[in-house]
Amino acid sequence: MKLIKHIYLLLFFIYPFFLFSVDVNFQVRDYPNDDGRRLLITYDESVLQAESVLIYRSFDGEEYEFWLENPESNTLIDEFDDFIKNPVHYRLVLMPVLDDINQIPYALDFADSATPKAQWFNRSRIPLLLLLILFCGTIVYYITLSGKGKEFYIRKINGLEAMDEAVGRATEMGRPILFVPGISDISDMQTIAALTILGKLAEKVAEYHSKIIVPCRNSLVMAAARDIVKESYLKAGSADEFNADHIFYLTDDQFGYVAGIDGIMIREKPATNFFLGGFWAESLILAETGFSIGAIQISGTANAAQIPFFVAACDYTLIGEELFAASAYLSNNPQQIGSLKGQDFGKIVVIVLIVLGVLLEMCGITAFKAFFTG
Amino acid sequence: MTDFWTVLGIWIGALATLSIWSFLYKDNPFYKFAEQIFVGVSAAYWFIFTIYNVLIPNLFDKLITDFNSNWLLLIPGLLGIMMLMKIFPKYDWLGKYPIALMIGTTAGLSLVRFLETDVINQIIATMINPLNSGSAVVAFGQVILIVGTISGLVYFYFSKKHEGFTGGVAKTGIIFLMVSFGAAFGFTAMARISLLIGRLQFLLGDWLGLLR
Repeated sequence: MKLIKHIYLLLFFIYPFFLFSVDVNFQVRDYPNDDGRRLLITYDESVLQAESVLIYRSFDGEEYEFWLENPESNTLIDEFDDFIKNPVHYRLVLMPVLDDINQIPYALDFADSATPKAQWFNRSRIPLLLLLILFCGTIVYYITLSGKGKEFYIRKINGLEAMDEAVGRATEMGRPILFVPGISDISDMQTIAALTILGKLAEKVAEYHSKIIVPCRNSLVMAAARDIVKESYLKAGSADEFNADHIFYLTDDQFGYVAGIDGIMIREKPATNFFLGGFWAESLILAETGFSIGAIQISGTANAAQIPFFVAACDYTLIGEELFAASAYLSNNPQQIGSLKGQDFGKIVVIVLIVLGVLLEMCGITAFKAFFTG
Repeated sequence: MTDFWTVLGIWIGALATLSIWSFLYKDNPFYKFAEQIFVGVSAAYWFIFTIYNVLIPNLFDKLITDFNSNWLLLIPGLLGIMMLMKIFPKYDWLGKYPIALMIGTTAGLSLVRFLETDVINQIIATMINPLNSGSAVVAFGQVILIVGTISGLVYFYFSKKHEGFTGGVAKTGIIFLMVSFGAAFGFTAMARISLLIGRLQFLLGDWLGLLR
């Protein structure tokens, strides 16, 4: 027993020296790629096993205030509300985990300091910048070429070919055409694409002396749709047939809007329904009601979750990007066609990057993927 | 004792629900009544909501309480007035500027966001090594992911006819798309059934008191 006591006594005196030789690699550094309001504090993971971990902070290096107790991670970010020009000092105080016999109240104390600095460039977003330059540069290049008169091939898009047939059918049946530009507001690209298609469609409607109804959920969409349809009627030489009341506002409420459109479909019995733009939960309700009245239905949205309902209940569906391509295809506008060609080039780039990335990963070279991960 | 207005609210809610459901049979006066009420009340609600939750707190209150710090808000205020000019045919051209500004700004902001989330993150997620996946099932899933992504991209390539090799890959892409649409359809249909259950609980529980 005496021997054991001697060993404990020895340990009691040796342990503090052992503790002070421990290096937990406590470091305070400027947080990279930020606006200069963060510091990065790191230390070894073994620290997390300590009985108690306390971190103190000082802005003048003399008076420390308590900052954090027992953090869950060994990598911490201290974010300040204001920009700080002087070094911020930190102290890491540890109380090690000891068994019942060795409850020795020796604490470890480490200190470091750093000044937060702003970086001009966020280097982790360099891949984004490069792709942005490449994609935008290509789009601008193709728009310039298209503007100079170069003709580009765009493959046929199913559904658009049926537009003439749909307008003709409505005229023969003496029924109107219903165009729903989605429930997004005017700032959504889907709405803009839908309105471009509306312009072309309204021109055909005016040529056939048919009638088009456009109920809108958003007042700005209504204003834009009225302008577009009016212009189309002017182009077709039927300005006197344009009726602004056929393009109207219903309500901002999603299902109130749907209830209103359902009522219109049942009472007006349109020969053709166009559901183009941003759609959400209402897509199936609209498409099902349109199906029940026997209308030809052409739909399109970029909201992936709603495409299945349109595919199930409509005759033709523009899937995702086809909606945007349709807008370029119909408008024959050099800017839109050039932009579409540029986007096609972007797709080739993405395919090449994916194939290259997979091959390099299979060869054990991870630097390429790491470059994109930042 | 249950409050009179609560009971009235439940009765109106139940009758409105049944009126809307009556559309499943055919168009009828009950549906027409519920539809007109729904459209009219919601349009009025959103109008008032916009005034009290957007215009007053974000524009009028700030300009009245602290004009010096918020005078920049006069610009969006002016743009809003320009949009209203669409009411007057003589000045409706003024409304085109705020719309153009809004579309341009949103497009610019969305470009970077979509490029980061839809393009770069997709590229990173597809750069995988199926040989290093640990199990045959996971490796198969990863191959499906790579092939599905590439063939899906080819389907949306508009500069070439879908024939020959390109046509084959595009057809594979549309198969992948249709499979994913089918899965999404089933998933959403399940969610819709939960909505129906919610309404039935309201009718059978809150209204008729058959469910406790």
